Amino acid sequence: MPLILDIAFTHIAGRARQTVVAVIGVAVGVGFSIAMAALMQGGQDDFVEQLIDTMPHVQITDERRSAARQPAEQIYQAVEISGLRPRDDRRGIINPTAATAWLDAWVPGTFSATLRAQGVMRYRSREASASIIGVEPEDERAVSPIVGEFVRGSFDALASGGNNVVIGDRMAERLGAKFGDTITAVSSTGLTRSFRIVGLFHTGTTARDEGEAYMLLKDAQILAERPNIINDVTVKLRNPYASPAVARRIEAELGYKAVSWQEANEGIMEAFIVRNIIMYTVVAAIMVVAGFGIFNIISTITHEKARDIAIMKSLGFGQGDMQRMFVIEAVAIGGAGAAFGWLLGFGLTYALASIRFELDAGGQEITELPIAWSVLHYLIASAFALGSAAVAGYLPARRAARLNPVDIIRGAT
Amino acid sequence: MSDLIATRNLTRVLPETVPVTLVEEITLSIGKNEFVAITGPSGSGKSSLLYLLGLLDRPTGGELAVGGQDAGSMSERERARTRLAMIGFVFQFHFLLPEFSALDNVELPMRKLASLSRPQMRERAAEILSSLGLAEHMKKRPDQLSGGQRQRVALARALANDPPLVLADEPTGSLDSASSEQVFSILEAMVRERGKTVVAVTHDVDMANRMDRRLHLIDGRLANAEATA
Repeated sequence: MPLILDIAFTHIAGRARQTVVAVIGVAVGVGFSIAMAALMQGGQDDFVEQLIDTMPHVQITDERRSAARQPAEQIYQAVEISGLRPRDDRRGIINPTAATAWLDAWVPGTFSATLRAQGVMRYRSREASASIIGVEPEDERAVSPIVGEFVRGSFDALASGGNNVVIGDRMAERLGAKFGDTITAVSSTGLTRSFRIVGLFHTGTTARDEGEAYMLLKDAQILAERPNIINDVTVKLRNPYASPAVARRIEAELGYKAVSWQEANEGIMEAFIVRNIIMYTVVAAIMVVAGFGIFNIISTITHEKARDIAIMKSLGFGQGDMQRMFVIEAVAIGGAGAAFGWLLGFGLTYALASIRFELDAGGQEITELPIAWSVLHYLIASAFALGSAAVAGYLPARRAARLNPVDIIRGAT
Repeated sequence: MSDLIATRNLTRVLPETVPVTLVEEITLSIGKNEFVAITGPSGSGKSSLLYLLGLLDRPTGGELAVGGQDAGSMSERERARTRLAMIGFVFQFHFLLPEFSALDNVELPMRKLASLSRPQMRERAAEILSSLGLAEHMKKRPDQLSGGQRQRVALARALANDPPLVLADEPTGSLDSASSEQVFSILEAMVRERGKTVVAVTHDVDMANRMDRRLHLIDGRLANAEATA
């Protein structure tokens, strides 16, 4: 109703200084909330993106969720069999050709079947334990970002002949080996073979740079004495967020443990949820504080305008009119604050996004803060602001609307 | 004949720890086109009676009908609506909204009632103000007007929705004699020329004597066998 609006705005205009302070309070709250949300969301997105880029979306290993029962336990329904010497299972994914063919048929993405084995790299009496990973280079390059992280040589060089290996630069350092040197690989079964270093990679993850050695699948199978065996399939999906469903289907069909990247990083994902809860609690707290400013000004106005309220009620305005009038005033202040807050938030986010700094962690890189631009942050912050303004206005408005005009008219004369 | 106001045993008691009786068992009726004074010593319940008749306050006992409608059964909203359409108030203090011009103040009840278009409201407000001799002061805000002028604007506001009943609580109480005379003649003209019923609380005996009918209150009770002029 425009009449009520008219009066509401004269009230606000009559308290310009206090109004400006209240508006600034809300604006600062909204602005910083937006900037904070942009930064936190940005950090989270950045992290998840890196996870998605570097982690396999689904990893299938030759393990099972629960240990297989031993044959003796399957045959005899005994409560417990002790002193049993368990049979050695043939490790690895059974019937790998059928499994990979099945995956090939429907998985919406690419995958790489590998053999992972433990071993030791040796060079001039120096030793380093290593995860030996046997790969088909064309398959691996589609699922792993390692291809792009070579400091010397390349991943493709693996395919150029037998007995080539690529290792992390830190492992090379520990061994004292250089690009082109020939090192000895010892498998856990004791087999020894020589490999030539045709590439050095640097991923930035120390554990990998120190402990991984890639070679052709065939070479790895020979070294580990496990011909034709694969025990690890890395899947990269076109849509990384389909991973849990794909993992479930694979696990149901093949029986092997298939872990999606979300499952593998469950702890981090939970931490993000907690972080968001904390962030929005802080946002709510800021808005409650800003709400106090609004509560203050509306309370002052209702006291100052008690006569006006009385006369308007005696003229025939209802309680609802009075209540609406003060809530409108509060929401108008909240709305103005939110609008300025958007500008402030945009400015702050922009400023944060343009900060450049050097992060000295290994490689010298010029980095910027990860920032997420999202309309949602603006909407959430202003919703909080308007909500708290409405409550802050409603409380004194309800009291003012209930004033008995007779009391005030008597008091005024 | 339908009375504009009819009461039976109207009583108002303040529910304090020791209850205070403001108005006690008042039975009266006021018809159309009457000019009524409520007189009595201070504290005798004059204003309290007026607020009850104007639906500003609720009685604790007895019955009240305004315009033939039982006030006791009205909701708060209906009471507000009845005040808006049927009753114009004038108080000792003008109670104009300080941020608004005289014209805007007079338009206020019309805008709440919303039965006219905005230009019609403006026209009517200007007309009423001019008839009260305020043609040059319509755009002024209350703090730019003299006491008498403010009270005349308040009178104009009471007339805004053309109510049949105007209730005045010591309308001349804070005015000098010239302004008082002006305000009184306006109230008188409302009765004689516009056919309204005016009920005014006053302790000015001369003024009361110039009105058609006097209700004298003592200690919240109607004292006189009504003297009609």
